[in-house]
Amino acid sequence: MASSQKMPEETLLKVSHIDVFHGSFQALWDVSLTIRPGEIVAIIGANGSGKSTLLDTISGLVHPAKGSIEFEGKDISALEPFHIVDLGISQVPEGRRVFPDLTVLENLIIGSYNRKARSKREQNLQRAYHLFPVLKERKSQLAKTLSGGEQQMLSLGRGLMSDPKLILLDEMSLGLAPILINELYRILREIRDRGITILFVEQNVRRSLTEADRAYIMEVGRVVLSGDVAKLREEERVKKAYFGA
Amino acid sequence: MTLLADLATPIVMGILLGGLYTVIALGLSLVFGVVKEINIAHGDLVILGSYFGYVAMTVIGIDPILSLIVGMPLLFGIGFAIQKYLLNRAFKISMNATLIVAFGISIILQNTYQLIWTPYARGLTTPYALESFSAGPIHIPLVYLLDFFVAIVVMVFLREFLKRTYLGRAIRAAAQDRKTAHLMGINTDRVYAFTFAIAMALAAIAGVFLGLTFSFTPVSGMSFLIIALGIVVLGGMGSIVGTFVGGVAFGLAQTLGGYFFGVAAQMLVAYIMVLVVLAVIPRGIFGR
Ligand SMILES: Nc1ncnc2c1ncn2[C@@H]1O[C@H](COP(=O)(O)OP(=O)(O)OP(=O)(O)O)[C@@H](O)[C@H]1O
Ligand SMILES: [Mg+2]
Repeated sequence: MASSQKMPEETLLKVSHIDVFHGSFQALWDVSLTIRPGEIVAIIGANGSGKSTLLDTISGLVHPAKGSIEFEGKDISALEPFHIVDLGISQVPEGRRVFPDLTVLENLIIGSYNRKARSKREQNLQRAYHLFPVLKERKSQLAKTLSGGEQQMLSLGRGLMSDPKLILLDEMSLGLAPILINELYRILREIRDRGITILFVEQNVRRSLTEADRAYIMEVGRVVLSGDVAKLREEERVKKAYFGA
Repeated sequence: MTLLADLATPIVMGILLGGLYTVIALGLSLVFGVVKEINIAHGDLVILGSYFGYVAMTVIGIDPILSLIVGMPLLFGIGFAIQKYLLNRAFKISMNATLIVAFGISIILQNTYQLIWTPYARGLTTPYALESFSAGPIHIPLVYLLDFFVAIVVMVFLREFLKRTYLGRAIRAAAQDRKTAHLMGINTDRVYAFTFAIAMALAAIAGVFLGLTFSFTPVSGMSFLIIALGIVVLGGMGSIVGTFVGGVAFGLAQTLGGYFFGVAAQMLVAYIMVLVVLAVIPRGIFGR
């Protein structure tokens, strides 16, 4: 039991046995997950398996009916989303969701809405511009006039403006050209090297199992497999289901 | 040529009156565009501003415009409380619940006005409210000019506020995408309360200038609500410029309608215009 002997701060996020409902429909069943500081963790699963629901529950948009979510040792499962952003968890939602009628710069500034991030706004803005130079070029343009790829960069840049410790990315590569996806994942590693922990959702299994350190595989609302990606790549079930071996 | 000279006064008056209508409609448009509530108590809350000016003038003896120094924060606070304690809670039940709450507020206000101020018409008849102004063939009351000037000032301030402050940006973000606003760390309940509060501060201004321009009774709120709704529909909800264009169009339809078809047909002409615009551009002139 090596892990239980480590200091509690070795776990950044700990999701324990949560059940989550949308109305009367149960979307998550007894889901658990842990993330350590500095890790890149992937969630893999088919459409409707509950990946977005899991991220939304961590973000406080929905609350679990059972189980708990701890961030840096504090139970956050009943907190409102704005509280959770304050604590240092940022979500880059599925479908980019930039504010269409705000400019690029205004979208970025809105990312730094929480009090702690406001004082670091200039510094984080420079970081976003450094990671995505195109955002600086387009800063006065309305977000709806950006291309899909640029909107994804804006969404990611905006997520970083809240000065997060943990960033949740929901299907950021959806609908983008492979060359752009490579670029985004390169930037993701750079973000991690700057000390931000990453949890990302991805449909592309091959991609997830190369980019992440560890992965969780979900099926119809449950985690069915998890572990180091090197190990998962060798799993018979994974090979069969996803690599056609 | 004489027709043109005759038309000059109703045209100028219509445009200037559009300024007053803009200020009346801005609060409704803001709440509609951001919170997505149709605040059917809006007209009655504007009239609350009128009665506040009336009390300031007749009881305390200060100028109604000056009384806005107190009137605006007062209505701001009332607006914040209404959204925070009533409408935000009603919204968690359903959108219809917010309508019923607003309807209830409307009835309570109208009855209160009747009790305190009787059903008789009141007006803010300050000395300058009776002045008028002539330029060539045009004769217009001075307050109409004042109304228009105030509309410009209010629009510029509102626009700058929405553009330059964190709260202003949060209001626009919450209007565009509520869920993502949550993810940005925006407490939308609080943002909505501030939005309603700002709309009520605007209603305080609208109420005073309405009272300087027209007489009002405890039930006047309903007629001005209907005008404001027409303007919001015309201009497309949540747009400042759209509200202004809608306000001026409404003012013009009313004065020109009155000129050609008589005073009784004023509102009829204005509303036929609303229906025609809706049939041609369903989202309003500036709607998204
Ligand atoms: N608001 C909602 N109301 C009812 N059911 C919902 C709601 N949101 C999601 N669901 C259901 O919950 C299940 C999980 O949805 P979720 O969006 O979490 O899946 P996902 O893994 O993110 O899928 P995708 O890959 O398509 O994004 C689905 O069956 C979905 O239909
Ligand atoms: Mg999803």
